[in-house]
Amino acid sequence: MDTPVTESADGREILDSVVIRFAGDSGDGMQLAGDQFTQTTAVAGNDLATFPDFPAEIRAPAGTTFGVSGFQIHFASHDVLTPGDAPDVLVAMNPAALKVNLRDVPRGGLVIVNTGAFSKANLKKAGYASDPLADGTMAPYRVLKIDISKLTSDAVEHFGLGSKASLRTKNLWTLGLLYWMFDRDRAPTIKWLEGKFSKKPELAQANIAALNAGHVYGETAEMPQGIGCYKVPKAVLESGTYRNITGNEALAWGLAAGGRLAGLPVVFGSYPITPASSVLHNLAKLKHFGVTTFQAEDEIAAVCSAVGASFGGALGATATSGPGMALKGEALGLAIMTELPLVVFDIQRAGPSTGMPTKTEQSDLFQAIWGRNGDAPLCVLAPASPGECFHYAIEACRIAIKYMTPVIVLSDGFIANGAEPWKIPSFGDLPRIEVRFHADPEGFHPYIRDEQTLARVWVKPGTPGLEHRIGGLEKDFASGNISYDPKNHHKMTKVREAKILGIAKDMPQQHVELGNDHGALAIVGWGSTFGSVNQAVRRARAEGLDVSHIHVRQMWPMPSNLGELLRRFDKILVPELNNGQLYRVLRAEYLVPAQPLDKVEGQPFKVAEVLDAIRETLNA
Amino acid sequence: MTPLDPPAQKLTKKDFVSDQEVRWCPGCGDYAILAAVQRALPDMDVSREKTVFVSGIGCSSRFPYYMSTYGFHTIHGRAPALATGLKLANPELDIWVITGDGDGLSIGGNHLMHLLRRNVDVQLMLFNNRIYGLTKGQYSPTSLLGQRSPSTPMGSVDAPLNPTLFALGAGSRFVARGIDTSIKTLGDVLTEARAHRGASFVEILQNCPVFNDGAWDGVTAKDIASDTQMWVEHGKPLRFGKNNDKGLRIVEGGRRVEIVTVGDGGVPESELAVHDETNRTLAFLLAQLTAPEMPMAFGVLYRDPQPSYGQAVSAQNTQAMAKGAGDIDALLRSGHTWTVE
Ligand code: SF4
Repeated sequence: MDTPVTESADGREILDSVVIRFAGDSGDGMQLAGDQFTQTTAVAGNDLATFPDFPAEIRAPAGTTFGVSGFQIHFASHDVLTPGDAPDVLVAMNPAALKVNLRDVPRGGLVIVNTGAFSKANLKKAGYASDPLADGTMAPYRVLKIDISKLTSDAVEHFGLGSKASLRTKNLWTLGLLYWMFDRDRAPTIKWLEGKFSKKPELAQANIAALNAGHVYGETAEMPQGIGCYKVPKAVLESGTYRNITGNEALAWGLAAGGRLAGLPVVFGSYPITPASSVLHNLAKLKHFGVTTFQAEDEIAAVCSAVGASFGGALGATATSGPGMALKGEALGLAIMTELPLVVFDIQRAGPSTGMPTKTEQSDLFQAIWGRNGDAPLCVLAPASPGECFHYAIEACRIAIKYMTPVIVLSDGFIANGAEPWKIPSFGDLPRIEVRFHADPEGFHPYIRDEQTLARVWVKPGTPGLEHRIGGLEKDFASGNISYDPKNHHKMTKVREAKILGIAKDMPQQHVELGNDHGALAIVGWGSTFGSVNQAVRRARAEGLDVSHIHVRQMWPMPSNLGELLRRFDKILVPELNNGQLYRVLRAEYLVPAQPLDKVEGQPFKVAEVLDAIRETLNA
Repeated sequence: MTPLDPPAQKLTKKDFVSDQEVRWCPGCGDYAILAAVQRALPDMDVSREKTVFVSGIGCSSRFPYYMSTYGFHTIHGRAPALATGLKLANPELDIWVITGDGDGLSIGGNHLMHLLRRNVDVQLMLFNNRIYGLTKGQYSPTSLLGQRSPSTPMGSVDAPLNPTLFALGAGSRFVARGIDTSIKTLGDVLTEARAHRGASFVEILQNCPVFNDGAWDGVTAKDIASDTQMWVEHGKPLRFGKNNDKGLRIVEGGRRVEIVTVGDGGVPESELAVHDETNRTLAFLLAQLTAPEMPMAFGVLYRDPQPSYGQAVSAQNTQAMAKGAGDIDALLRSGHTWTVE
């Protein structure tokens, strides 16, 4: 929370930006509270970014530190690029939530504690030897101690829900308090509750009562010294209609839009895996958009069904995460060999093996570009934000169809679950995707290529006179028949490579996000690190440092001017949420002295971490 | 047009022969199966352009290259998964999946199980030669105990799998068995398989003269065939033997069948079990019979159609479309939106 600059007419301190973290037990409804705060904040006209952080266990034992669920939102009167490094306000619904999150709160930060959950048993479960509210632990912070449990129970008592169900509304009570504190309108949440519990009106009313009670508490209770109520003025956003969107929603909708733009049915074969499953859930609801979803028996069958669908003349697609990508490798090779369109979403998570499924990472870059047997090139794209996922899903459809190739879109857990306000595009403004099914029997063989794109012809089975056989065996360049000819295999390997590298001509040149196109230091990011990197470079430039931000979205083939652009910088630093992958690709491709800035903690970069690295690199 | 609609002009066997040189070893049972398929297809009134052969990897999986229809030679074990996607994309296609005992039951056993239980409308032919041919003779999931091979020099210690029992267990609604060299009867079985809506499973005993010659001699040898093969027909008593003089009788309350002599000096035909294609329990009993103790059962052992997977999927798609095709603009604006002036 920045130092208040002024006071608003209604006596609220005006703040430029605020980061709030809701933390509680998995069962405390923190994700719901966070989502509602997000929706309401969007309506209030602030820019925002969020970061939900789930525990790995579905139902972890109550009160334990590994059962703590968190949701962070950063909102401001200027544009927001990251969910924030450190929370200005921490809401801790129980001792475990306090234990896990307090270390991130800066000195002087506000901590709202539900004292009702600070029982001896809960303190012990959280690993506290003594009560942190009484032993001086909280001395560096501003603390608001409220028995939220009791106040909530009192507020909803007359609905007769029983003590357990009553207590469950305490997230709404807390939300009400925060709505008061940050001047948010309760109406959207009330409307949402009425809709959600339309079949159980007494539950809707109890939740609304809790929300109102929290708000009233803020209005009437005497707040300790230094705690008041605040206002964050509207951000200046481009005009248009907005919504909040998560990366996985955007991928699903982008795929549906891509199919529509191409005039093709979409067959989406997928197998449940964290954090990709919600792409399947979203698409399963879109049957009326010509999308058929197929929950396959495993990752291999999922991708194989998509390849089969593309052979049949539909647009085959699949989504998965790292371990699933490993299983799909052989079928990707088949799609490369038979030159069929295929869209693959890889929502990366911390690996190797099962790793940390609910935590984010960017460690599938090598796997996406090179992780198959044989020389098996394909196209890899990486959106930098939830909203960009929509555009890149469509772009993946376009390239897959035009070049008859698999395209992998690399997202990650952070983009998949994080939300941001997204200016909704108009479908009519999106360019159509041209599809040409070959139907002419004259001189036909299945590997006739377009001279420009090198893509082979796409033939829909059912077309008379074009009956043909394809498969994973090497084909003769001239006839499409099986061939073991050594020179032919060499030639076909080169053709497959040239086709993919040629896609670079069809994609934008690499631009500089922020700063000059030459200088002392380029920070080269990719994917979900965009926000932290951009913010860090912005601050460094404000300090007068000569640093630029370049963000790569075309991971393979890379933009045709990238090497030349990078050579104009003295130093290159590549922040990545992995043990150093893109920096190695850049070195290998362009012989430039790229240096890694790696973080493999399952968490996104903090702006400060990148900023420190910038200073250090420039001083070295 | 559905796959069952007749094409304009009647095709002949050679219309289904591709221009590719057939590359199986001389004497391989696959030649006979290929001939049976090419001979039977014209009588099924199929059209070449609507027919697709999908295979995995193995000797049998070269099959699509020799057919003048559409074909997809995929990856090891995964043909059922590819075929499922293909059928979803293009329900009008008439799809045949070609697999073997290694491809279909070892590396691809999982996919085969799910294709059958989902009841995807394809015909699946499993060439069972009880050996890995393409990789030069290792034992397979259907090899008998004691099978000596390069990977089992002292004999296999793996219990073999019965493919037909597997298919029944997986919930297949059509299960049949044929023999490579019985071209006529194999053609009949395949014709029935194609007529069935939903997944049809056909196990074909196939001889690999190079790596497992004579593996089925105990069933297929001409001189003993009448005692070792029983061809079943719906509604007919279960009879076999030289002069059709033997039959099967159900005993122990349906838990077992036994061989009896019929007619002169034996039991009257009325005591024999009558084949009922819709009786799954009977199908399990028949599928388990092995020579020489019992005759091996051939023909359509089980047939009890249910709506296919594709039908169920398109029913949902149609239902979802009832209110008209989706509008992308409306989708993007669903839920909460706000306007910035
Ligand atoms: S190895 Fe056996 S199964 Fe394979 S082609 Fe030769 S004879 Fe036929």
